[in-house]
Amino acid sequence: MKLADTVRFASGSLRGSPTRTLLMMLAMAIGVAAVVVLTALGEGARRYVVNQFSSLGTNLVIVLPGRTETAGVSPGMLLGQIPREITLDDAEAVLRSPAVNRIAPLTMGTSSISRDALNREVVVLGSTSELLEVRHMTLGLGRFLPPGEIHQSTPVCVLGNKVKQELFGNAPAVGAWVRLGDRRFRVIGIMAAQGESMGFNTDEIVIIPVAAAHQLFNTSGLFRVLVEARSRDSIEQARRDAETILFQRHNGEKDVTVITQDAVLATFDRILTALTMAVGGIAAISLAVAGVLIMNVMLIAVAQRVKEIGLLKALGAPGKQIRNLFFAEAVLLSGIGSVAGLILGYAGSRLIAEIYPSLPVSPPWWAVLAATGIALGTGILFSVWPARRAARLDPVTALSGR
Amino acid sequence: MIALEKISRIFEVGDQQVAALRDISLTLGQGEYVSLMGPSGSGKSTLLNLIGLLDRPSSGTYLLEGRNVSDLDDRQQAEVRSQKIGFVFQSFHLVPRLTAAQNVELPMMLAGVPADERQARVRALLQNYGLSERADHRPDQLSGGQRQRVAIARATVMNPRILLADEPTGNLDQATGREVMKLLENLVTQGITLVIVTHDVEIGARARRQLHMLDGQILSDETRAA
Repeated sequence: MKLADTVRFASGSLRGSPTRTLLMMLAMAIGVAAVVVLTALGEGARRYVVNQFSSLGTNLVIVLPGRTETAGVSPGMLLGQIPREITLDDAEAVLRSPAVNRIAPLTMGTSSISRDALNREVVVLGSTSELLEVRHMTLGLGRFLPPGEIHQSTPVCVLGNKVKQELFGNAPAVGAWVRLGDRRFRVIGIMAAQGESMGFNTDEIVIIPVAAAHQLFNTSGLFRVLVEARSRDSIEQARRDAETILFQRHNGEKDVTVITQDAVLATFDRILTALTMAVGGIAAISLAVAGVLIMNVMLIAVAQRVKEIGLLKALGAPGKQIRNLFFAEAVLLSGIGSVAGLILGYAGSRLIAEIYPSLPVSPPWWAVLAATGIALGTGILFSVWPARRAARLDPVTALSGR
Repeated sequence: MIALEKISRIFEVGDQQVAALRDISLTLGQGEYVSLMGPSGSGKSTLLNLIGLLDRPSSGTYLLEGRNVSDLDDRQQAEVRSQKIGFVFQSFHLVPRLTAAQNVELPMMLAGVPADERQARVRALLQNYGLSERADHRPDQLSGGQRQRVAIARATVMNPRILLADEPTGNLDQATGREVMKLLENLVTQGITLVIVTHDVEIGARARRQLHMLDGQILSDETRAA
């Protein structure tokens, strides 16, 4: 029997009981669509996090004080020393590395900010003019921190959008004076409204020169140093250089941690990919259920078509051909079901993308392949038994319909 | 053509053994017109199924055109059925979702005959049997006589040497039954070997050679003079 005839005959018998066929395909389609939509959501979440992370800056290496690894007892600890803090000079020294493009030292604290009778608590960020570009921030009005000597403490500040709104309302703020703690700062710029980014709301901060922040909080250490490597390829060298430079400056004491944005990103990426796969796997269970349904329906089909099977045998069809016919039915059922499921799944993903435009929803290719594969696989696997049953029917009893 | 030697067929019913056929030896020549008669349970349908390779004997040998076909495997038996044997059933056994033409086409499709050749043969055959206008009708749109004629067309489309008919007129009224019988007998004149199972004495008497069966044995074997 020719393949085209087998397929035609099988599709004919599927059309012979349209309701049953449609319900089966629906079950298959829902299974496939579930896998597609759920993995699309997971993938969307992954991309969302990755995008958020990349929005922090590109080719970033982050230096933070302290060491998060256990390295036994260091001589410093015996002398009762705490890990050395990272100073502004340390930060500037990192610039010696040829792999480093620019740096932005960061120091952080909270302080009250007041203008006339209005006052509130704000997070104060001390940094340099480079921060704007290293951290991919956008300025709304005025100017950012002036470039110049890192140790110079100019009494100027840049307000976050919300802080400006709360203190000044719609009145012009650039050029006005505000009081941070016990010091007066002139407002030189307003940040553009950016909203939340990695749990850090840039709308509710005030940025002042790092030296001014040190004076304000009476410290000399840095909370972070953001180091921008020259290119993607030089990230690793920048990390190594920053480590070497800082260890040397700290007399060989390994009391700073240098991480790359990529490493953090890779971790998130791994976690969320695993999550997507897990969710996809759960959805794939519904495909197995659809497979069992297919088996059920095929068994019913065999029972209902006993006479037809007997006839086909009498007309000269060997058992193998009968088996192939039922196989073809199962493949058609699960094949058309999966195609419908893919269409449904993609439509669902598009719908979610419409509703949550910030989530970059898109089904990953491996999930689409796996869903189709599992659908076809279970369809075929679960039709083996019914098909064999049909093939082994005794033609005499089958023809008499007993 | 057909040579059965000491054929027995024993069914197991529960823990009892029931012999449907006992030591039957029978030879049928090419172009013979044979009727198998007897009460129900006499083994006539079992014998027909054995000749048609739908069933296997418990013992004995079956030579078809000199070839021992009783120990062929499933695929080889199917091949013999496909090429050499045609079946006509009491309840027609047409596939309900297929049209008359598609039902006739079925054996050729199973045998892998190319599609254009199939179309030509189906058209010619339906024309022969006066079913041309009915070609695209499904079985439930056909009368009993038309259905049986479609079934006969299907049985003969592969040009078999043997045509086995199990109560072919059982579901038909007398007039249509006679028409169907004429159609079958016409095939005998073209050289086909026709074996017909019936308990209708009038139908059975039309055959040149008449076998009467009882309790799994052949009671009488009479050949009418031409």
